[in-house]
Amino acid sequence: MFEFLGITPQALYSQLLVGLINGSFYAVLSLGLAVIFGMLNIINFAHGAQYMMGAFIAWMGLTQLGGWLGDSTLQINYWAMLLIAPLLTAAIGIAIERTMLSRLYKLDHLYGLLLTFGLALIIEGLFRYFYGVSGQPYEIPEVLQGALNLGFMFLPKYRAWVIVASLSVCFATWYMIERTKLGSYLRAGTENPRLVQAFGINVPLMITLTYGFGVALAAFAGVLAAPIFTVSPLMGADLIIVVFAVVVIGGMGSILGSIVTGLGLGLIEGLTKVFYSEASAVVIFVIMVIVLLVRPAGLFGRER
Amino acid sequence: MNADTELLRVTGLHAFYGDSHILHGMDFVVNRGEVVTLLGRNGAGRTTTLRAILGLTGTRSGSIMVNGRETIAMATHDIAHLGIGYCPEERGIFSALSAEENLLLPPAVASGGMTLAEIYTMFPNLQERRNSPGMRLSGGEQQMLAIARILRTGAKLLLLDEISEGLAPVIVQMLAGVIRELKSRGYTIVIVEQNFRFAAPLADRHYVIEHGRIVETVTMNELAAKMDRLHLLLGI
Repeated sequence: MFEFLGITPQALYSQLLVGLINGSFYAVLSLGLAVIFGMLNIINFAHGAQYMMGAFIAWMGLTQLGGWLGDSTLQINYWAMLLIAPLLTAAIGIAIERTMLSRLYKLDHLYGLLLTFGLALIIEGLFRYFYGVSGQPYEIPEVLQGALNLGFMFLPKYRAWVIVASLSVCFATWYMIERTKLGSYLRAGTENPRLVQAFGINVPLMITLTYGFGVALAAFAGVLAAPIFTVSPLMGADLIIVVFAVVVIGGMGSILGSIVTGLGLGLIEGLTKVFYSEASAVVIFVIMVIVLLVRPAGLFGRER
Repeated sequence: MNADTELLRVTGLHAFYGDSHILHGMDFVVNRGEVVTLLGRNGAGRTTTLRAILGLTGTRSGSIMVNGRETIAMATHDIAHLGIGYCPEERGIFSALSAEENLLLPPAVASGGMTLAEIYTMFPNLQERRNSPGMRLSGGEQQMLAIARILRTGAKLLLLDEISEGLAPVIVQMLAGVIRELKSRGYTIVIVEQNFRFAAPLADRHYVIEHGRIVETVTMNELAAKMDRLHLLLGI
């Protein structure tokens, strides 16, 4: 199809797949940021570190736990960790929200951003101190090893799973927020938290749980990422900058916007790799600049 | 007066927004089934009084007894569960929610709330607009919705802030009918009102607020006799 440009269909499909995988991570991570920003008015700069913690907890459960407890057969597998790692990371997030973030809600966004930025540096520094910067490998669970032959390309099973799992989580989150009673509390709370509380809803608790949920999304993405990218203390720092660009393009706080933009930009990044790979590292930021100039509130954001 | 008839007793209430001291020792009582107004000029502290009852101001001190319970140290959401429904001055319709989602939003705080069917009988316009986004409703529809949604919750004490403000006379008349209907159903209502002609025929008692305190109490029977004094206080 694109042979005249010197591009084989195989290269195109495989880059589109890589784009879709990256887009899935962008979508889950920017969704978590959007949920947190909507309810807490805080730009959670620790999101990348929480994603990294999710991956590390999964890795520890599989390879370290047995050694710590003196029984090398003891390990927590990937599937259990898809649940446990987000819950553990969320619990840590909730402790952070209760003790620190909750003091900043009345101040400008900037303070929350600075605090979470500091926390991210501390968390990443701690992991670097204990585990170094070189990545730890994490094996793909057995059922997802190998590839499917789709006729026009080979699709590694694990990558297919990542896309399905991310999109399911995104859809479930969107449905919960836009179509359920609990979601209507969240949407109303985003708009006017004091009034929602005056109706008798425990808004402070809702805020705490929302932060926990956003953090859990990051950790879930981290567990999904563990077998694809190596598990390293800086894996989140590398990714989060792109994710912030995604959030800016989609519009701060927009649920659907963050999902669609995340996937779309992953694909654009993949396509750029095929057609002009030199630009692939910057294409998202170029788009961000253009969007900021034309629509400062983002593609899906509401002007305030 | 005793605790059986009293639903709300405010004593020595002081309230602040940041550094500004708005309420300077409010004292008033609202009995079960009464309609009471808080009158006063702009900035006298009427809206702040309603907000302070729900703990929506900054620091508060003094005493606010709701149904015999001291609420001055309680969290806003717990106060609401004593059976209070609040309709804020700005109406507070959530733009991200449809009309019906707005209506269904406030959780039940007591038993005996109106059903959706009863509410739609009382406010037929809202049934027609049930799927419209909150921000697409007209001012009158938003006001009806803001009142309707607290009737579902079972709240028996309604705090209504400036419900006639900026609305066409026909809608104001309709709202006056709603207040009478609610009173006949046994609701206790505190109305903050600028529009004295709207409030006067509805209320059992009027409290006039100036500089964050009650400066005059006028019962329905005294209304004619105290009209001159009211004109002076309210500048009407």
